[in-house]
Amino acid sequence: MPGAEFGAEVRSHDSTGVIDLRGEINLGADQALLAAYERAAQDDPRTVVLNFASVDYINSTGIALIVGLLARARKEHRTVRAFGLSEHYRQIFAITRLSDFMGIYADEDSAVTATVST
Amino acid sequence: MTTIPSNLRRVLRREPRVRPSTEPVAAPPERVEAPPVEIAPNDPLVAYFSGATGAVDIGALQLDSPALEGLREAGIKLVVPLVSQGELIGLLNLGPRRSEQEYSADDRKLLNDLAGHAAPAVRVAQLVREQEAEVRQRERIEQELRVAQLIQQQFLPEELPDLAGWQFAAFYGPAREVGGDFYDFIKLPEGQIGIVVGDVTDKGVPAALVMATTHSVLRAEAPRLVAPSEVLTRVNNLLVDEMPAHMFVTCLYAVLNPETGQLRYANAGHNVPYVSTEGGVTELRATGMPLGLLPEMEYEEKEATLAPGDTVLLHSDGLAEAHNTSREMFGFPRVAALTGEASDGEVLIDRLLKELQDFVGPELEQEDDITLVTLGRRAAGGGPAAPEAPGPAGAERQLASFEVASEPGNERLAIDQVAEAVDGLGLDGPRLERLKTAVGEATMNAIEHGNGNRPELPVGVSVVADDTDVKVRITDQGGERALPEVETPDLEAKLAGLQTPRGWGLFLIQNMVDALETAVDEQHHTIELVMHLKEAPDARS
Repeated sequence: MPGAEFGAEVRSHDSTGVIDLRGEINLGADQALLAAYERAAQDDPRTVVLNFASVDYINSTGIALIVGLLARARKEHRTVRAFGLSEHYRQIFAITRLSDFMGIYADEDSAVTATVST
Repeated sequence: MTTIPSNLRRVLRREPRVRPSTEPVAAPPERVEAPPVEIAPNDPLVAYFSGATGAVDIGALQLDSPALEGLREAGIKLVVPLVSQGELIGLLNLGPRRSEQEYSADDRKLLNDLAGHAAPAVRVAQLVREQEAEVRQRERIEQELRVAQLIQQQFLPEELPDLAGWQFAAFYGPAREVGGDFYDFIKLPEGQIGIVVGDVTDKGVPAALVMATTHSVLRAEAPRLVAPSEVLTRVNNLLVDEMPAHMFVTCLYAVLNPETGQLRYANAGHNVPYVSTEGGVTELRATGMPLGLLPEMEYEEKEATLAPGDTVLLHSDGLAEAHNTSREMFGFPRVAALTGEASDGEVLIDRLLKELQDFVGPELEQEDDITLVTLGRRAAGGGPAAPEAPGPAGAERQLASFEVASEPGNERLAIDQVAEAVDGLGLDGPRLERLKTAVGEATMNAIEHGNGNRPELPVGVSVVADDTDVKVRITDQGGERALPEVETPDLEAKLAGLQTPRGWGLFLIQNMVDALETAVDEQHHTIELVMHLKEAPDARS
């Protein structure tokens, strides 16, 4: 099966939980994405930032996983922001209206700075 | 006028007139804080204390003063005014002496000396406290501004509509104290598009929150109702109960049929749009009350047909009502005149902003948000007027034909092979990416829903092209099953946990390609994805 396997690393940047995503976000990413979110939420940050810079494919199931993550974050009163999306996936986030609920930023500093100022 | 800071009006301490008989002799003297005495700034006592040279015996004073009565009722016997640099800044109030003797001349001298030393220190403390309060207030305002800006940014569209034969342009310039301007483009059934420009009264976070609510309600209702008058009526009824007092929203809502150039519109008290036509500048007038003021309002709906070369300008107050240093207004006639001079929407926006800058000058801060949205129908020769206009028919040529096994993940194989097959057709990057996503989703559907994830059942993929289009046909063994109607997923419901987060596939496919067809026979189900090889030049974003 082609494509890079999904992976996610969690780190902190100015009290914000940053999840570095890589590979493909599809059905196979389910557990790893959930685990990454839970690690990021351990310190109870107000905001979780998703880094899509190393993601090369997101299918509709991946969109559903992101919707699920966003739903959980909202339930926990956490803001989710994103950066590193290609133009194509920015368009998909706009079409699906994910970008109505998740701030999309050009880079990590913008995403985190915006987070700090809220 | 001399005023007494309220914090010092309350600094009153006195000792009890009578020690309770049950109190142990060895116990430390009890200190009781007297009730606060409010002294109005215009009370004659203030003027008296301001001019006093030392401790004042309250009992001997003869003044028609409510504050004096208050001091007496509080048990105050002696007041020492605290004066710093000629300004009365507080009072040192004393009850009766514990010995029940009168205050002596020595007592008064000691108190006057104490007041003379204490007053400057108290004044410094007051100034520090005032400064700290100002800093906190400034920080709070700055924080609110940042929050308002963030809210605002979240709801502005990131992209402009991309329709062959049409050019869209938009500009949003927030004032420092962010207002409640917004604009939006909403995809509607049958290829129509909703165009919104609105302005919430008030500024800052309250305006941004009302803007966000209005935006969401419009987004939810527009695709369902479509007709501008019905949409505004519905939105008004939903907003009226939620709207904070003294706030309302002006809003222009128009629906464009890109194939015919028909523009239907209704106006809830917003600025009248201007249209640049071959015969001059016209206005799109329709009457209606702003949103959120009164329930059950009706909105007039009008219609115009945009001819090739026509450009519509939708604009918020921040432009026409901007003032220069002489307090002259930029004015609506000037906006209308400039609309008639521009060759297209982008040029028009640039020109309006340049003229505004020249008019206002570099000194003045922008008073209000400025929102400008244009839609223009390209003149003949500038691109096809209708997005679905067929090109010259040419013979289809097969570019690829292959099968993939029905195993999850194999859609990537299909994507890669289709991408390879269309290489050389001249599809630009964004269109190629969209086609790849559509192929992936359609193949996933075929694997999962058509072939039930049974690896022995292949999914067939065929890629053909003619002079204008590339078509990818994806076939599964699912037989006669109708393509479900494509619905826009309800993201709010999904985020609220009321619906499954899934269900995006067909919606994505439809939004990625220029056309979508299905064909079925007893055994097979084929979905055909059509992508035009060329697209009209993008409007700027």
